[in-house]
Amino acid sequence: MTQHIQPYLRLSGLEPLIVRPETNFVNVGERTNVTGSKKFARLIREGLYEEALSVARQQVESGAQVIDINMDDALLDGVAAMTTFLNLVQSEPDIARIPIMIDSSKFEIIEAGLKCVQGKCIVNSISMKEGEQKFIEQAIICKNFGAAVIVMAFDEVGQADTKIRKVEICHRAYKILTEQVGFAPEDIIFDPNIFAIAKGIEEHNNYAVDFIEATREIKQLMPLTKVSGGVSNVSFSFRGNDHVREAIHSVFLFHAIKAGMDMGIVNAGQLVIYDEIEPTLKQLCEDVILNKNNDDNGATERLIAFAETVKAKGKEIVKDESWRNESVEKRMEHALVHGITEYIDTDTEEARLKYPKPLDVIEGPLMAGMNIVGDLFGAGKMFLPQVVKSARVMKKAVAVLTPYIEQEKADRILNNIGGAEEKGPAKILLATVKGDVHDIGKNIVGVVLGCNGYEIIDLGVMVSADKILTEARKNNVDIIGLSGLITPSLDEMVHIAKEMKRLNMNIPLLIGGATTSRMHTAVKIAPEYNDGVVHVLDASRSVTVAGSLLSKDQKDNFLSDITKEYTQLQADFGNKKSAKQLLPFATAQEKTANINWNGFSPVKPNFTETKLFDNYSIAEIATYIDWQPFFIAWEMHGKFPAILTDHVIGKEATKLYEDAQVLLKKIIEENWLSAKGVVGFWEVNKVGPDSVVVKDKNIQLEFLRQQIKKAEGQPNLSLADFIHPNQSDYMGAFSVTIQGIEKHIKAFEEKLDDYNKIILQALADRLAEAFAELLHHKTRTEFWGYANDEQLSNEQLISEDYLGIRPAPGYPACPDHTEKYKLFDLLGGEEATGIHLTESLAMYPASSVCGWYFAHPESKYFGVGKIEKDQLEDYAQRKGMNIEEATRWLRPILE
Amino acid sequence: MADIKEILKQRILIIDGAMGTMIQRYKLEEADYRGDRFKSWHKDVKGNNDLLSITQPDIIIAIHKQYLDAGADIIETNTFSSTVIAQADYDMQEIAYEMNVASAQCARTAADAYTMQNPDKPRFVAGAIGPLNKTLSLSPDVNNPGYRAVTFDEVVAAYEEQVRGLVEGGVDLLLVETIFDTLNAKAAIFAIKNFFSSNNLPELPIMISGTITDASGRTLSGQTLEAFYVSLVHANPLSIGLNCALGAREMRPHIEELSSIAKCYTSAYPNAGLPNAFGEYDEQPHETAHIVEEWAKEGFLNIVGGCCGTTPDHIKHIADEVSKYKPRELPIFGS
Repeated sequence: MTQHIQPYLRLSGLEPLIVRPETNFVNVGERTNVTGSKKFARLIREGLYEEALSVARQQVESGAQVIDINMDDALLDGVAAMTTFLNLVQSEPDIARIPIMIDSSKFEIIEAGLKCVQGKCIVNSISMKEGEQKFIEQAIICKNFGAAVIVMAFDEVGQADTKIRKVEICHRAYKILTEQVGFAPEDIIFDPNIFAIAKGIEEHNNYAVDFIEATREIKQLMPLTKVSGGVSNVSFSFRGNDHVREAIHSVFLFHAIKAGMDMGIVNAGQLVIYDEIEPTLKQLCEDVILNKNNDDNGATERLIAFAETVKAKGKEIVKDESWRNESVEKRMEHALVHGITEYIDTDTEEARLKYPKPLDVIEGPLMAGMNIVGDLFGAGKMFLPQVVKSARVMKKAVAVLTPYIEQEKADRILNNIGGAEEKGPAKILLATVKGDVHDIGKNIVGVVLGCNGYEIIDLGVMVSADKILTEARKNNVDIIGLSGLITPSLDEMVHIAKEMKRLNMNIPLLIGGATTSRMHTAVKIAPEYNDGVVHVLDASRSVTVAGSLLSKDQKDNFLSDITKEYTQLQADFGNKKSAKQLLPFATAQEKTANINWNGFSPVKPNFTETKLFDNYSIAEIATYIDWQPFFIAWEMHGKFPAILTDHVIGKEATKLYEDAQVLLKKIIEENWLSAKGVVGFWEVNKVGPDSVVVKDKNIQLEFLRQQIKKAEGQPNLSLADFIHPNQSDYMGAFSVTIQGIEKHIKAFEEKLDDYNKIILQALADRLAEAFAELLHHKTRTEFWGYANDEQLSNEQLISEDYLGIRPAPGYPACPDHTEKYKLFDLLGGEEATGIHLTESLAMYPASSVCGWYFAHPESKYFGVGKIEKDQLEDYAQRKGMNIEEATRWLRPILE
Repeated sequence: MADIKEILKQRILIIDGAMGTMIQRYKLEEADYRGDRFKSWHKDVKGNNDLLSITQPDIIIAIHKQYLDAGADIIETNTFSSTVIAQADYDMQEIAYEMNVASAQCARTAADAYTMQNPDKPRFVAGAIGPLNKTLSLSPDVNNPGYRAVTFDEVVAAYEEQVRGLVEGGVDLLLVETIFDTLNAKAAIFAIKNFFSSNNLPELPIMISGTITDASGRTLSGQTLEAFYVSLVHANPLSIGLNCALGAREMRPHIEELSSIAKCYTSAYPNAGLPNAFGEYDEQPHETAHIVEEWAKEGFLNIVGGCCGTTPDHIKHIADEVSKYKPRELPIFGS
């Protein structure tokens, strides 16, 4: 069956308006007209566009289906006013959802308006008053913009007043438009001129009748066209008496609509229902409009007389303001969700007085409202322009609060009260990554965040990683946000994350854009950068994410939640691939480290067996301290020494660092602690793929091998790979400990000085690690001497730039703790250093470190990862353990 | 040349698939994009796919030919971003016009070779007119929602130059595509109308293709599908349809709606499903084709093909599946 499409007038804003026969009557809102509304004219003249918008909104809320906008005022730059106002209207979805009628007697203003509106507009109006040529030109332009037109019944002679002239002019215009211009008949709307009646001029008394009858005939003659008119003209004589005017309008429309009038420019909020007009008034209006009983202006006189008697009691504008009765939180939520700025200042002030601190208003009701916006947006129940509007409400509210927040801050400083630290507006750097030019989404994110009081540094599109990171550091930004839409951008984001890590940056990285996802962020990006990678679903969510990231109170919890979530995602992702990705153990054993042993001769250590260090200089050890984990122990996360100048915790970190230095000095000067260590080297021989025998000791070391399936050519590593496969080689071991802490701990406890107690414990741990670093250094350059010429800074040591490794049993490269027994045996047992191994193979004192030394230049740290049952069985057999015991020790690495 | 309107009455026409996806397969580097001519261009141009029509025309022609082999009746020129506005990202504004001519010629060469081989299946070249990276309906500055980063007149001028290049390069059709801001598309149509009337040339058929981007079924600039249709139907287009953003599965209700409201022919060229977590399109050719086949069966379609992530293989499967069905009959306008 062939489909039929009816030639109806179709208009659109964000939503369509189709004028069907059953549509009855289309209300065109008239208050956004500087010639008809004094208030609107004043607002526009004074540039109070936001209030002017509320006039438009009120029209829509009162039921206008199209909104007429007119900027014809001698005192106004009409083109500029029309452009500004229409652009603003476009960003108000609850206004922009309906079609626009661009109203001007100047065609250049009409053109300016057409350039601003995406929907199908109505041009109001064109006519033949300046001749056919001009009429055709203007009609072509309207057609190319896809606008419907109102054609006024106006020709070279003048405006049509009688029925005959009205019909005649309209029909002539119709023929020109449809035959010469190619206008669709359904896009033509006639305005056969509504003139004022009841002026006491007898010749004018029939104007309403002329209009109504002309309408009837036009619709018969040209059935696809529409008829419209400016309704309020008809009652012009009664201006100042809205009560009567409204009655006249209703009665006029009642008859005109019956005759075929399709739409009219009316004050949508001020129409009385025909049936509700009091009978006397209604009768008088009928007479005047239909020009009945009106000899010698009789009907007019009677209506005027009646008008005198009624008080002007214009009906209240009906607008749903019930939300204003809600609690202040609900009102703020309503304002945010609906993007209403009108009351936000007073509501915010009310909330400020209600909440203890101005900041609580932001973190409480405002954030709650923005979260709802985010959820609605995410669920597709709000769309972008609304979100941007909500952000504006937010900004206005924040602006109200800012002076109080500043004041509070100043007071705090004045009174020397600690707590929240001062800072300027947080800076957020945004960029679309290299190779990607899509930036609309990013711009919106910038807008939304900008509204929330952040300073946005937008680097634009196709920004290289280098530039992003250079600018980020130069401007000391607080957050970096990356955007991308095309697939290759994902790789670039991973690259940037890696670079941020390499550069030791510590600001959060937000990932957004259509191609990104939570899963990809969790699996591919987050692992590359440790200081916070968060996938942000959309612009509205960026506000809460940024808020959480920049809030001292919330950041840690937020990031740890994210980490938890991402870890779960990573696990889910890993599980999906799971078991099958492990190689058979025999295959893994064939894929050893790609070390070329040809011509390599192991360096013989300068001594074999062990060397003890008792009471080693704590002062010397202290120069090897890596301070970062010290701060981590204090739950202060950040790179050292950057942490000392960190904008959030810098002050506290510095204070802590100074206190630690004081205590360290005391430890050294007063000999609180003693450092004990042992180092040993032995000749070894490899006796199996993962087995190494220590010569003359009857000790065979067993190692575990990576079993995960790797990329072609990538080895499955085992520490045994770093030992020469077919000639004698050397291995070393060490253990260090810091002793003597107990009595000082006790002393602090007695003084209830937990602060220094914890500093001391943390320092002892650091000293043990530093001692291990120191001995490793000496081993490389002196004891073993395989890297005699090494010149490394403490930073390079911390970042493990040295040759050779010192992996510890129980840690990723050799995850079996039980090998520690062999290590301790070799080093002379518990007596050597006094380190005691608990049954779980933990070392006591707690501040102790041990490990193997491997010297081969290609030896490196790695993680064994998951292993398969076949390796477990082989390992257990080599170790002489039963399977149950081996399983117990290796459980963390078993599938 | 054959009249596409006649052919559209007889069968569903096939439009090609993604150009970018195919270009990616060549793994081109900066130097390849530059070619000899732009060797010392002062900005990186890698990713400027439209430039390849000038620097690597053989690759572009080869891709067109793969789609023609797959059965495409209509191929799109490689001109998605060939406007002075979009090319500003590469500082290549002055090359934009030439890109259009070159791209149109690439497509023309490929299409003509296939038409010559089989005159019963004439191939058409559609000049692709993309959406721009600046938008006329949204402000990039929230403190100034009335602000616009570009003016209507600038957009019209940019598009008019593009149209001039495409027409000079010999396209058969003009395809305004991936529309996310209807006002930009209105400017494109304004430019097209202006170009033909001011040069006194017969107008080429216009194809229009919008993009529904969000869960509420609207364009990025906030319009519903029908509002979008109403806003652009004045172009008197040959076809109106949807592409990109959604996969076929998600596009179905919108295509169904469009087929019930459009008085012109309808088109659909969805992405190969929705991208997975890694931005890759997993939907296999037979899967896309299977979904699209149902649309053809229901009579929603006149022109069908693929967008992001689709390949000649997708197009071939689609072409095979829909060949069994009659095209959507043009509705009767009026009672």
